[in-house]
Amino acid sequence: MEATGFSILTAIIFIPIIAGVVILFLDRKNRDLVRGVGVTAASAVLALSLAVFFGYDNFVKTGGGLIERQTAMLESGIELSGAQMFADALAFEQRVVWVESLGIAYHVGVDGVSAPMVLLTGMVAVAGVLISWNIEDRLREFMAFFMFLVAGVFGVFIAVDLFMLFFFYELAIFPMYLLIAGWGWDKLREYAAMKLTLYILVGSVFALVGAVAMYFAAGAYFAGSGADVFEAAVASGILPADSRPHSWSIVQLTLAAENGAFGIDILGIEGLNFAKFWFPFMFMGFGVLAGVFPFHNWSPDGHVAAPTAVSMIHAGVLMKVGAFAALRSGVQLLPEGAETHLPWMVFLTLINVVYGALIAFRQRDFKYVIGFSSVSHMGLVSMGWATMNLTGMTGAGIQMFSHGAMTALFFGVVGMVYDRSHTRDIPSLGGFMKVMPWVGVAFVIGGLTSMGMPGLSGFIAEFPIFQGMWAASEQITLQLGAFQLSNYYSVLVVISALGIVITAAYVLRVAGQVFFGEFDAERFHDVGNIEMTDRIVLIILGSPLIILGLYPPIMAPMIESGIRPLIALLGGG
Amino acid sequence: MDFDLWAQLPSVLPEIGLTVLAVVVLFADIYGSVATRRNVVFVSAAGMALLALVPLIWQPDPALYEHGILLWGGMVNYDPLSQIFKVMLLLAGAVTCLMAAGDKGVGDKGEFYLIVIVATLGGLMMSSAADLILVFVALETLSIPLYMLASFRRGDQRSAESGMKYFLYGAFASAIMLFGFSLLYGFAGTTNLAGIADAMSNGLGDGVVAVMTALVMVVVGFGFKISAVPFHFWTPDVYEGAPTPVTAFVSVSSKAASFALLLRFLTAVFPADLAVAGVVIQDFWVNLLVVVSIVSMTLGNVVALRQSNIKRLLAYSSIAQAGYTLIGVVALQGANDSLAVASVSFYMFMYIFTNLLVFGAVILFIAKTDTEEISDMAGLNRRSPWLALFITIGLLSLGGIPPAAGFFGKFFLFQAAVNSNLVGLALIAVTNAIIALYYYLVVIKVMYVDVGPDDDVPIGIPRVYGCSLGITAFIVILLGTVAVTPIYDWAALGASGL
Repeated sequence: MEATGFSILTAIIFIPIIAGVVILFLDRKNRDLVRGVGVTAASAVLALSLAVFFGYDNFVKTGGGLIERQTAMLESGIELSGAQMFADALAFEQRVVWVESLGIAYHVGVDGVSAPMVLLTGMVAVAGVLISWNIEDRLREFMAFFMFLVAGVFGVFIAVDLFMLFFFYELAIFPMYLLIAGWGWDKLREYAAMKLTLYILVGSVFALVGAVAMYFAAGAYFAGSGADVFEAAVASGILPADSRPHSWSIVQLTLAAENGAFGIDILGIEGLNFAKFWFPFMFMGFGVLAGVFPFHNWSPDGHVAAPTAVSMIHAGVLMKVGAFAALRSGVQLLPEGAETHLPWMVFLTLINVVYGALIAFRQRDFKYVIGFSSVSHMGLVSMGWATMNLTGMTGAGIQMFSHGAMTALFFGVVGMVYDRSHTRDIPSLGGFMKVMPWVGVAFVIGGLTSMGMPGLSGFIAEFPIFQGMWAASEQITLQLGAFQLSNYYSVLVVISALGIVITAAYVLRVAGQVFFGEFDAERFHDVGNIEMTDRIVLIILGSPLIILGLYPPIMAPMIESGIRPLIALLGGG
Repeated sequence: MDFDLWAQLPSVLPEIGLTVLAVVVLFADIYGSVATRRNVVFVSAAGMALLALVPLIWQPDPALYEHGILLWGGMVNYDPLSQIFKVMLLLAGAVTCLMAAGDKGVGDKGEFYLIVIVATLGGLMMSSAADLILVFVALETLSIPLYMLASFRRGDQRSAESGMKYFLYGAFASAIMLFGFSLLYGFAGTTNLAGIADAMSNGLGDGVVAVMTALVMVVVGFGFKISAVPFHFWTPDVYEGAPTPVTAFVSVSSKAASFALLLRFLTAVFPADLAVAGVVIQDFWVNLLVVVSIVSMTLGNVVALRQSNIKRLLAYSSIAQAGYTLIGVVALQGANDSLAVASVSFYMFMYIFTNLLVFGAVILFIAKTDTEEISDMAGLNRRSPWLALFITIGLLSLGGIPPAAGFFGKFFLFQAAVNSNLVGLALIAVTNAIIALYYYLVVIKVMYVDVGPDDDVPIGIPRVYGCSLGITAFIVILLGTVAVTPIYDWAALGASGL
């Protein structure tokens, strides 16, 4: 793809940043203006991300579009190049050289995996602003930091330069810390905010060292034995003409990975393979943010402590940032490492799914239920990545979107109930369907999605993951001594399907106790129905669940087209 | 060689300018009217800021510094490394003057600016010195004014104590370093830095222990100046006791100038190909500095966790920062030393502005509230949103979080380390960066989350002061985003002159 000219994605990053700075300069007492700037910026971003999503949809599906080209390539039987396919799949690109001598560029673009994420972030941004409409304490600062957070999240999704990915990843962490510590639930916020920040930073800085190592390994390869590969790639237009051997471009690093630049031994130690050594750092480093067991511990506390808008963006989008970055910088850049490590990491994701659901079942606090359910559902995403086949990984891609909208909806619901009832203790709530019918309906929709009811997006996501996992036992071999562990992936599927049953149990329990049953009119006398802003939140987040559930082709082919380059890299057809 | 004054003049023009400025300030302070004296601060600040343009305008000719260019009888280096450090030192001096302006007992005395200018002069000479004699003279020209500054508030016991402590430690370290110099001169028979290396590689026989002794002695001196462990003991006390504008100045100028000199000294006197009696000297100092670096950052960060006084916290943080920067020095062992040199120069460039920003904001806080305890910063965001924001940006930069400049600074250091096969060191450094982030975040949390007793008492920022803080904060953000390329490329040139 050509990488010139102004991209709409640049506007998507810079609108929130500019809005955030502007908000900081506004008069703190003029709350309407602060909210106005916030909601305008967020709506503009949502509009642009819709444009990106449908623009990319068009790019994929039109005659001669990406899918037809990929299909033609698959049928022609030529040897597939993952880097070539990835470069092909990028759209809305813009590239501006940032630090030339180090090969760092401001390079944005979307592919099939990131386009739905951009849309998701836009949705949650608007929802987050609307649900924070009535924050009393320092609204100006809250809104500004929220905008910076949104910009950081967008940046990670659209980065085609690994350095830029890190830059925005770290950029998102700090406003998140302040938002949770400053505006969260005061019993837990300081502890939870610090824990969350440190967990996530530990993961990402270790990944950063790995990325630097990759940068030098790839640079040495392209400057030395791979010079012809490099020149061919520049000549054929996969890499821009002003590329250097040392570069942070994800396309170029993918090319290096594909040609074995990361198959070297580290420090000349025999058997210490570069890709195998660094893969856990890259995948787990970002996996921390995706809540992969045993690094999930920050997540429930963090989500519970955060103010509603931040819980929404955190569970809804930031956990996907982790899963996405793990895919981009782990699986895509170190496929050899993925083939070694993902087969056993599957078992970690299984623990995520079942253990998360079990703990969610035991919670009395409404918000903790949702927090642990996120751990459980994000386990499915990681499990999908670990299948390393088209079906499973596509399912995981859909799950990212589906869970993002669903969990943001859940946290919105919890926030609305809590704001009015001032308690999140499930047994003491009850009968809220009568006073807050909108909220009740939204919760039921989200709940049905989360238990994988056909007709809603959860089913479209979870079913392929299980299917892919089942199929994986034929593609992956994992030996434990003489014992062929990978033959039992089907058992693993059965166990994780149990997680869905447990999910159904806790969703029904919460729905039954909170929204149905007896309404304590005396205690909750001042609980009324929700306002217009809140209704818009529920509509924005709830409707995609239904639309995607009823009409999967709106997203599934797109994600599939984004997964195919990875499959080619992983050596599949 | 013919002496061509006009060709050689630009190399020392900033120093000459500073000398003139110092004389002007001295006379204005002594003979000037009250109004003139009040404006001394602006004369000093503007003078130094203008002089910072000189190294930018008269850049050395690339063709010359490729072969090493020594001017003024082999005393002065005229290369990009010295130029970039001169610019940052001059800017640091200018910002310090502005920040001291309102400080009672410090900024209202004309001689304060005079001493700052002379100290800056010493720093400038250090960054371009090419001869042992000039190195030592420059070092003392920088140090002695700093001792005076530390005890500037004569009536204050803490200030006097800090000046005395600084002086005693400093004199001791200087003496050891001078002893090291004399040993080097004894081996080589020349005081020229490059000449020493040549002489040592030819005719030393088996004097390897002696060379290493001299090396260790020199490292002790530098270790003191950059406050690396185990020569850091003066740092917390001096930082805490000295008037805060002085602390800001001490923490940046002496450190930056010392790192410039350290880079030059190690590459010139103990280059990679220097082997005495078959022992490669570079391996020795690399290992030595790796240990110093690890110990400095770990100790600095761990002890900083326990601090309740903001100035002491920043003191321990600056010890840790010295440890990080040493990574870049150690990375000189790699094949591509432009990465290493550039990382150190860039780090110092951004560190100067970052530290001045933090200290500048803290100075104001201390002046307005008369307390240095972190817990008293509670609710600062409500009392003065801008002050809280400035401190936050500064601390984020120290912690290495984008978009503040520290992210790129740390990144370049880690990159240089990985390139020199020091992955282990890089991993230790990132672990340290996380420890450090904890205590920076605690300060930020106190300002934004905690509720203090004086929440409703706003803190006003004087206009000039606010502008200088705002500009500094803006530079910190710029250095972390769009201004990275020019500064980094310039810094990378520095290696070619070594």
